[in-house]
Amino acid sequence: MKAKQKRLYLALGGLALLGLASALVLSAFEENLVFFFSPSDLQAKEVAPGQRLRLGGLVETGSVARATDGVGVSFRVTDGAASVRVTYDGILPDLFREGQGVVAEGTLVGGVFQAREVLAKHDENYMPPEVADALKRAGQWQGGAPAKGAAQ
Amino acid sequence: MFHRFANPARFMALANILSPWLTVAATGLLVAGLYFGLLASPPDYQQGETVRIMYVHVPAAWMALFVYVALAGAGGAFLIWRHPLADVFAQAAAPLGAGFTAAALITGSLWGKPMWGTWWVWDARLTSMLILFLLYLGYIALANAFDNRERGARAAALLALVGVINVPIIKFSVDWWNTLHQPASVLKIDGPAIDPSMLLPLFLMAGGMKAYFLAVVILRMRARLLARRVRALRLAAVGG
Repeated sequence: MKAKQKRLYLALGGLALLGLASALVLSAFEENLVFFFSPSDLQAKEVAPGQRLRLGGLVETGSVARATDGVGVSFRVTDGAASVRVTYDGILPDLFREGQGVVAEGTLVGGVFQAREVLAKHDENYMPPEVADALKRAGQWQGGAPAKGAAQ
Repeated sequence: MFHRFANPARFMALANILSPWLTVAATGLLVAGLYFGLLASPPDYQQGETVRIMYVHVPAAWMALFVYVALAGAGGAFLIWRHPLADVFAQAAAPLGAGFTAAALITGSLWGKPMWGTWWVWDARLTSMLILFLLYLGYIALANAFDNRERGARAAALLALVGVINVPIIKFSVDWWNTLHQPASVLKIDGPAIDPSMLLPLFLMAGGMKAYFLAVVILRMRARLLARRVRALRLAAVGG
């Protein structure tokens, strides 16, 4: 009986220490664990010229402009507080649309983010098209609210 | 010796009763889940028909976490209380858990390409899920790495216990850090963000996968216990 209890406390103590160690390590690496920075993050932090990073947020409604050559596209990414202009030459994912979340990878050049890759981020809501239409008609639509990750 | 066998014998009796019912439940739930998931549920307002990948991806990911927690629990029961069935369960469950994790990773990749525009990114959710898969593989390798089965079982049980720290990291990775993966849809404070017509196939598939896991794990445990029994009888015959 005594040995069992000793092993139990040993295991619980070990797990508690392990949890503490993991929490410390993860919070120390916070900066490197985020997949993207929000426009506010970008304004607050010093970005070395030519440094590759990812920018995430919502595509600002009404900001998408196609270049006259038909290839390039430019839009603003916002988190509600700040926004950054993004330019991109390439194929956009199917889910890319105004008001939707995107993550762009590229470099910040003179305040403009030159993207090499644009990924779409989708939200946690799933519903049939009819329900989405009904919600929009009833004025209960909550789409377009900043995604949780983007607002941080 | 008698005391040690008392528990497995009772387990075998229970397993004989449960096995057919679990097999029927798994088949029925999975068939119903696939029917509702692939045919009798609506497409998503944004993702269209691609959303049907969810009915395999999400239950498989849930099972991957569930099996790992069970594996760690069995590891604890084995190390602390020396429960005779804990190791038998863990050895039977680990390859199944690895299979569920692989299914979640593969279907997630197939889903990511059309929706996000990429097969894979190193964000916190995807990376921690890959670590879970590697933990399963490490567990299986470690359990079989020793000539002495008992030593392998102890080392593997310890690994399972240590690795359980990864489970909350996977679950909350989407809340703690910016990730490409979206936050939780079902287990959230203000109720599921999934339409009821889509929740039905999701829960049917989740129930079906759980019943499948229990049915197969019991089958594998019975096989292991019988093999152990045969070995003991052979040794007794030689010795006698």
